[in-house]
Amino acid sequence: MEKEIRDVVIIGTGPAGYTAAIYTGRANLKPLVIEGVQPGGQLMITTEIENFPGFPEGINGPELMSRMRQQAERFNAEFAYGSVVEADLSRSPFSLTLDDGREIVARSLIIATGANAKWLGIPSEDRYRGRGVSACATCDGFFFKECNVFVVGGGDTAMEEALYLTKFASKVTLVHRREEFRASKIMSLRAGKNPKIATILNVVVDEILGDGSKVTGIRLKDVRSGELIDHVCDGVFVAIGHAPNAGLFSGQLAIDDYGYIETKKSSTETSVQGVFACGDVQDYTYRQAVTAVGSGCMAAVDAERFLESIR
Amino acid sequence: MSGKYLAATDQNFKTEILESDKVALVDFWAAWCGPCMMLGPVIEELAGDYEGKAVIAKVNVDENPNTAAQYGIRSIPTMLIFKNGQVVDQMVGAMPKNMIAKKIDEHIG
Repeated sequence: MEKEIRDVVIIGTGPAGYTAAIYTGRANLKPLVIEGVQPGGQLMITTEIENFPGFPEGINGPELMSRMRQQAERFNAEFAYGSVVEADLSRSPFSLTLDDGREIVARSLIIATGANAKWLGIPSEDRYRGRGVSACATCDGFFFKECNVFVVGGGDTAMEEALYLTKFASKVTLVHRREEFRASKIMSLRAGKNPKIATILNVVVDEILGDGSKVTGIRLKDVRSGELIDHVCDGVFVAIGHAPNAGLFSGQLAIDDYGYIETKKSSTETSVQGVFACGDVQDYTYRQAVTAVGSGCMAAVDAERFLESIR
Repeated sequence: MSGKYLAATDQNFKTEILESDKVALVDFWAAWCGPCMMLGPVIEELAGDYEGKAVIAKVNVDENPNTAAQYGIRSIPTMLIFKNGQVVDQMVGAMPKNMIAKKIDEHIG
């Protein structure tokens, strides 16, 4: 297949990828944006976003992402459906292979592959995925009307999932492995005040119980006593955080102990010249839509300067 | 090439899917589900690619609760593959087109 040479290729279409596309598009660099398996990124599975500046009434995630995409299209960003299955960053220009076999060569590369929800990693979770085990309340809450569900996790996402599920479920139990939640005060308070939400602390999930076709319960282990207690439930929602999607670049870029791509301080430069990373794939600390947008802009500016320097 | 999928319902599920002489891919979805919306264009492309070879269908779970309940759907998107009226494969969550096509091909065999 014919190889195409591009000035800028952006991998990922979350807030960071779209912003990088808007900026490089506007700078007339004709960016090619590889959409990935989840076009629009993590915000596509959220509902109301209350803290994105400029939207005092809030805006829903898919709507915000669709607007960002339109803005990128306005500046002639080109979108390619599919995901990158192979990347060779050992020499410049860099080469990428997409899942449909298409090969692309890039003078500069912006990695905005984001992060994905983490799973517990126990076999029973895998067995009942789609049969009562979920990592997306906004997708699957609907199927748990008048049901008894558990939410695993102690961060903001877990609080949001639990609150959202109270619209459908008759009872929601939040379980967390520590003595207290690490969620923000406002979210913990909201969850705590909801009469449908109960809390069990200092426990981890030992097993998800089922009858072979669906979830029927959850076995919790007390982290202090080691005691195992079974609870009856219809669903288990996992909200234990996110892991960066950097696997494709391991061994080629410097990656930190938590799996995030390392970037130089106050820039988006990675360990390879001409390769930039922005958004959640390089941000362990903030992980917000707004910070992703900010670093997407930085990556676009960094890539533009890099291209000028090699011309 | 994009094509027209079959809109399966509680009413026509038996005749169009279970009694079909072809392998059928059924995508359970809803308008309020982000990942389902991402999968939408993929299903349309598959409908074009498999025209005459397999049935490519979508079930709106809001409008067709009985079919979704009958197959124990608790997460969307979920795709089921039917052959001779039986579920022969299941995929939970949005996935790339070539992975779905591979699964369909296995059952067309």
